[in-house]
Amino acid sequence: MDLEFNVQGGDFVRAGNASSQIKKVLKQLNADSAIIKRVVVALYEAEVNIAAHAYDGVIRANIDTERIRLLLDDNGPGIPDIERAMTPGYSTASSAVREMGFGAGMGLPNIRANADEFVITSEVGKGTHLEITVYLNQ
Amino acid sequence: MTMKISEIVQCLDAQVICGAEQLDKEVEYAFASDLMSDVLTVKKERMLLITGLANLQTLRTAEMSDIEVVLFVRNKAVTDEMLELARESGIVLIASPCTLFKVSGILYNHGLKPVY
Ligand SMILES: Nc1ncnc2c1ncn2[C@@H]1O[C@H](COP(=O)(O)OP(=O)(O)O)[C@@H](O)[C@H]1O
Ligand SMILES: [Mg+2]
Repeated sequence: MDLEFNVQGGDFVRAGNASSQIKKVLKQLNADSAIIKRVVVALYEAEVNIAAHAYDGVIRANIDTERIRLLLDDNGPGIPDIERAMTPGYSTASSAVREMGFGAGMGLPNIRANADEFVITSEVGKGTHLEITVYLNQ
Repeated sequence: MTMKISEIVQCLDAQVICGAEQLDKEVEYAFASDLMSDVLTVKKERMLLITGLANLQTLRTAEMSDIEVVLFVRNKAVTDEMLELARESGIVLIASPCTLFKVSGILYNHGLKPVY
């Protein structure tokens, strides 16, 4: 099954909508609730990152019986130093983002912690690409 | 040791904003934070979220974390959009005029467990 969602930079009203839809689909597929939580927590932090740090982006989900693979591609400023961005506590978030309860530099580390496989690549001035894979039968 | 939501409402003299039909649900843990990224690191089930941050992302965070009941402290305004999202996700919202410190102390004394 393939699903696709658009995310708008700066839109904190709709941020989380894709994660919510994916959660409903995984529930319908009777996936284990602890595994669903890992998927949607990781996806939600990643979705918030597009809203918080990029101009716009696309989330693609591919689900089969074994795993869910989430591909997130955004148009945005990109990340100059990924290792630094992955460091807990590192954040360039605006005060608007912090007022929403984010911007503590905990998102990327938590995405990695919840994913079975996690890939992040980025090009400065272009955008950021994330691949999050979670196995559904563990 | 668990507490029914109705017991929480009673011992705090809290206001039920939505989900009045679900007050028999029980929670075992409580987590108090205004930082949603921190809430999203918690693995526990049957957990009450106590927060002073009342916005749509608070409810999204509860939804993703399987948190079934949120307690807003210090008379936070709940918008129609928030109510709609809470109802859609089946989240019980309750509110207290007291501080986060005070409600946390009371609920700790009643046996709700900390996460760490
Ligand atoms: N999609 C993205 N586009 C550009 N920069 C990003 C993106 N995701 C993360 N970053 C950068 O990495 C930092 C750390 O991200 P994260 O751990 O999610 O913390 P936070 O979002 O709370 O700042 C961000 O502050 C930002 O500088
Ligand atoms: Mg983030």
